[in-house]
Amino acid sequence: MAVTSTIQWQHDFDAALAHAGADRLVLLDFSAAPM
Amino acid sequence: MYPDPRVSEYVTRHFVPVRAHVKEQRDEYRRLSERFDAQWTPTILMVDEDGHERHRIEGFLPVDDFLSQLALGRAKAAFAGKDYPAAERLYREVLEKFPSTDAAPEAQYWAGVSRYRATNDAAALSDTSRAFRERYQDTTWAKKASVWK
Repeated sequence: MAVTSTIQWQHDFDAALAHAGADRLVLLDFSAAPM
Repeated sequence: MYPDPRVSEYVTRHFVPVRAHVKEQRDEYRRLSERFDAQWTPTILMVDEDGHERHRIEGFLPVDDFLSQLALGRAKAAFAGKDYPAAERLYREVLEKFPSTDAAPEAQYWAGVSRYRATNDAAALSDTSRAFRERYQDTTWAKKASVWK
């Protein structure tokens, strides 16, 4: 879990899209995994 | 997948990660799953800055397979953006780093197409067809490349 937490998941897709660029795609994870 | 340090490092370096959890972000999950027609978990999309889906992973994958699919998505986005040299570099990265994954023959095919698009030299396609006679012969991608003799 300590390593998992190194990914800083965002939860606002539209805000994330604003930070995307040619070299940086949005990775959108539809998840049902335990949080 | 994500607990693996190679995955978390790759995701952090190359993507803006967004999670829509079926229970924890119920409204956002519903809105986005309808927008992108996601019907199962896990479903992982790679979306470009214009909001276009460029690649999709459905279901769990082991680490190397997952990483190869992430790299494939980056290559597809570069190709869609008509940056063919970058696309070829990224497709060849899949081939070199993950040669035993399902992504590798697909990457070999599209690396050839990317080079062709970049150079307009048909040798890129015949070279790719030849490469498929040496590796990944029994794949759909080899069949597709077989016309480029």
